[in-house]
Amino acid sequence: METEDQTLVQDCLTENLDPAPIKDEYAPVIFSQETVSHIVSIDMMSGQQDLENILRARATGKGVLTSPFKLLKSNHLGVVLTFAVYNKDLPPDAIPEQRTEATVGYLGASYDVPSLVEKLLHQLASKQTIVVNVYDTTNASAPISMYGTDITDTGLLHVSSLDFGDPLRKHEMHCRFKQKPPLPWMAINASVGVLVITLLVGHIFHAAICRIAKVENDCREMMELKARAEAADVAKSQFLATVSHEIRTPMNGVLGMLKMLMDTDLDAIQRDYAETAHASGKDLISLINEVLDQAKIESGRLELEDVPFDLRNLLDSILSLSSDKSNDKGIESAVYVSDRVPEVVVGDPGRFRQIITNLVGNSIKFTQDKGHIFVSVHLVDEMKGTSDVGDKVLQQGLNLVQDMSSKTYNTLSGFPVVDRWRSWENFKMLNGKDAKDDPEKIRLLVTVEDTGVGIRLDAQDQIFTPFVQADSSTSRHYGGTGIGLSISKHLVELMHGEIGFASEPGVGSTFSFTGAFGKGEVSSLDSKWKQYDPVVSEFQGLGALIIDNRSIRAEVTKYHLRRLGISVDITSSLESACTYVSSIFTTSAFAHLAMILIDKDVWNQETVLQLRSLLEQHRKNCKLNVSTNLPKIFLLGTSMSPVERSKLKTSGFVDNVLMKPLRLSVLIACFQEALGRTKGKVRGKKMSTLGSLLREKRILVVDDNKVNRRVAEGALKKYGAIVTCVERGHDALNKLKPPHTFDACFMDLQMPEMDGFEATRQIRSAESEVNEKLASGEVSIEMYGNVSHWHIPILAMTADVIQATYEKCLKCGMDDYVSKPFEEEQLYLAVARFFESGL
Amino acid sequence: MDLAALKTQLKNFVQSMFEEGVLDNQFSQIQALQDSTNPNFVEEVITLFCNDAERIINEINRNLGYQNVDFSNLDSYVHQLKGSSSSIGANRLKLACANLHQASDERNKEGCLQALQLITCEYCLLRRKFQALLHLERSIVELETNQK
Repeated sequence: METEDQTLVQDCLTENLDPAPIKDEYAPVIFSQETVSHIVSIDMMSGQQDLENILRARATGKGVLTSPFKLLKSNHLGVVLTFAVYNKDLPPDAIPEQRTEATVGYLGASYDVPSLVEKLLHQLASKQTIVVNVYDTTNASAPISMYGTDITDTGLLHVSSLDFGDPLRKHEMHCRFKQKPPLPWMAINASVGVLVITLLVGHIFHAAICRIAKVENDCREMMELKARAEAADVAKSQFLATVSHEIRTPMNGVLGMLKMLMDTDLDAIQRDYAETAHASGKDLISLINEVLDQAKIESGRLELEDVPFDLRNLLDSILSLSSDKSNDKGIESAVYVSDRVPEVVVGDPGRFRQIITNLVGNSIKFTQDKGHIFVSVHLVDEMKGTSDVGDKVLQQGLNLVQDMSSKTYNTLSGFPVVDRWRSWENFKMLNGKDAKDDPEKIRLLVTVEDTGVGIRLDAQDQIFTPFVQADSSTSRHYGGTGIGLSISKHLVELMHGEIGFASEPGVGSTFSFTGAFGKGEVSSLDSKWKQYDPVVSEFQGLGALIIDNRSIRAEVTKYHLRRLGISVDITSSLESACTYVSSIFTTSAFAHLAMILIDKDVWNQETVLQLRSLLEQHRKNCKLNVSTNLPKIFLLGTSMSPVERSKLKTSGFVDNVLMKPLRLSVLIACFQEALGRTKGKVRGKKMSTLGSLLREKRILVVDDNKVNRRVAEGALKKYGAIVTCVERGHDALNKLKPPHTFDACFMDLQMPEMDGFEATRQIRSAESEVNEKLASGEVSIEMYGNVSHWHIPILAMTADVIQATYEKCLKCGMDDYVSKPFEEEQLYLAVARFFESGL
Repeated sequence: MDLAALKTQLKNFVQSMFEEGVLDNQFSQIQALQDSTNPNFVEEVITLFCNDAERIINEINRNLGYQNVDFSNLDSYVHQLKGSSSSIGANRLKLACANLHQASDERNKEGCLQALQLITCEYCLLRRKFQALLHLERSIVELETNQK
């Protein structure tokens, strides 16, 4: 058996090797490669490993690897691969003995692992970065390192197995980086950057969402608050409406009751109490109305009307309403409207009246017992050219002059007043600063001047503030809530105007305001305003003489007379009047002179007698017909007791006494009475006025006599009334049971079964029953046609008019009587009382 | 007769009644009440009056026929008649009523009878005149409608 073995390479020092011991078998190396020539003749079986190897190779017939050991020459770690060479083909399933028998030699190869690996790797990568370790891992727990330096654990390890062909042995190759991989800055930076960006974006989104959520929250809260505010507003309006209805209803009840009480039999003290209570009640109602107005203004719900109305009539009525209070205090009141103000203007008469009533009311309140309250209306344009002021009142008003001798001023009552121009000096409208100069609008300037206590200087700023009064004691002394002026200011502003005042304590106050109104046509006036048409006036062309020492007062009287179409002359004393009258005796002016009006201030009994006799004398001298009418003499007075009045009338000095403030309707009535039927036109005028009073009025005629009924019906129908006739008192009762639609009743006195007196008594008691029920709220006002106080005017028709009957009529509740058959004049006078268009 | 002449006749007739005192101003008022809305007013009133007056006069007559005259009852009738008369403007009749009223007040039956006599007289006169007047009026109306 000859085998070829490999031997360990030696350093050619054969002497280091020992001769082989005595053994059964030897396996010397016979042939070898040049590179491993040093192993020639070395017994391969001498090494333990080699021995095992050879034996195993012989037994298995496969290539067998040794475990790593140091090679002879190079001392590198290596392994030897041994093949057994057989001398015949052995079947695969041959037993080891067979194989041992067949062995003739061996073939071996030594692998120098380090150089192998290096050579292999050298081809691959740069040795610097990759560290390779090769292990023999046949014994898994104790791997033998065959190549490679000591392990420096750098982390990543790649293990791959090496198959040298020997199934018994396992080999592994561990590759790792020599150096720890440097920190991947790029990646780290990039990822950190991305992370940061993502965080930021996330943050932005988060913030945005948070913000949206917050805003939505806020919005929801606001919606809630808005809903609550709106609900509060609605509640306030409802409260207003409820208060307005709920408070006014019982108040009206109270007032109605008081009125009824005053209609009954009361002694003086009781009447006084009742009247005081009634006045307080009325004040309370006006207070409530004021507060409600204020609330309406604040909520911006006040709207102005636009209707045509007659300024002069309106002012007349305002002043006459407050004349009671002012006359009681001894204060003279007057109203004057400039000629340039048109007859009809378009605006809100109710609110206009409210403003003026408030100002006049204040004036009355704060003026004690002397002086005057003077309301004047001019066009704003009249003020603009102060140099050529045509209007006398304005002229006087702008120039306050004191008469040294009598220590009086040229004002209405002689008492000093504040300079009125100071109350409008700040008005834009008058200073020409008002840019919007609408030519279609009429701009009026209204001034209310009084001689009261004035307003304290330190309180003047707050005058228009609601609920604030000049002084804490003002409310106590003078009453009021302090809203009036604030409401007036708002109303004035709604009329596109301005309000201002000038006041001096101890002298008086003057309030002025402007307003814009539309132009109106006379024909467009509501019938209730059409009181008097001066063009067809029965006084047209007549002349009058005014004797008054106060020029402004005389101008006021002149204004009223001019409204009736009467031409006027003014003198300032009785003496000069006498002179004047004498001078015009021979002229046509005297023929036209129909009346002489003397103011109480210049009244002097003797001089008047003188005047009268002068006139009488003239009449005699001219041999005029006795029936030619002399001018009638009228006395103008402010506060006069009825006793005084009747005394003067009956004394024959004057034909009548006219009370101030002058009122057109009163003037007409007085003049008509005094002048009598001077012209034939009068009758026709009467008829048409009667017609206007009776038109469309529903009248009940009660008379048992057929003829009388028919005639009365015919007469009333002529004036346009709607007439119903009944025969008996009982029928009248049924017809006049509230609610009914009759406006008046003409009742015959003598009737069978139930006469006029009894019928009236029963009607009145039925009415008071209903009134009581209405006032106490027992029945609703709607059930009775929205009339809160039932009192139908009942006029007795009687053939014989004697005092006793008249008193009896009044006693049982009748309002007046007319004679039967109807006399036009008497009918007119009686009916006018109830159907006068009350203003 | 033609229309104008008839009208003049009527006017004169009424005027004569005024002058005699049979009628007074009130009657002209009634005439004034007659217009297009009330075309037969005068006739209506006259008819009413006549019927009423006759009734009352008969009643008064009857009353005065009794042994014990009920003066208060009488009084009310007189008052009625007086009222009607003054409404229509029958002046003389009204004055006659005043007489009766006075006598009734005095409870003077004789006086009442006398006054009643006068009233009846006046009434007959008035009625005759009214009839003539109405006749004239009707003729005028007829002519007027024929002419149209």
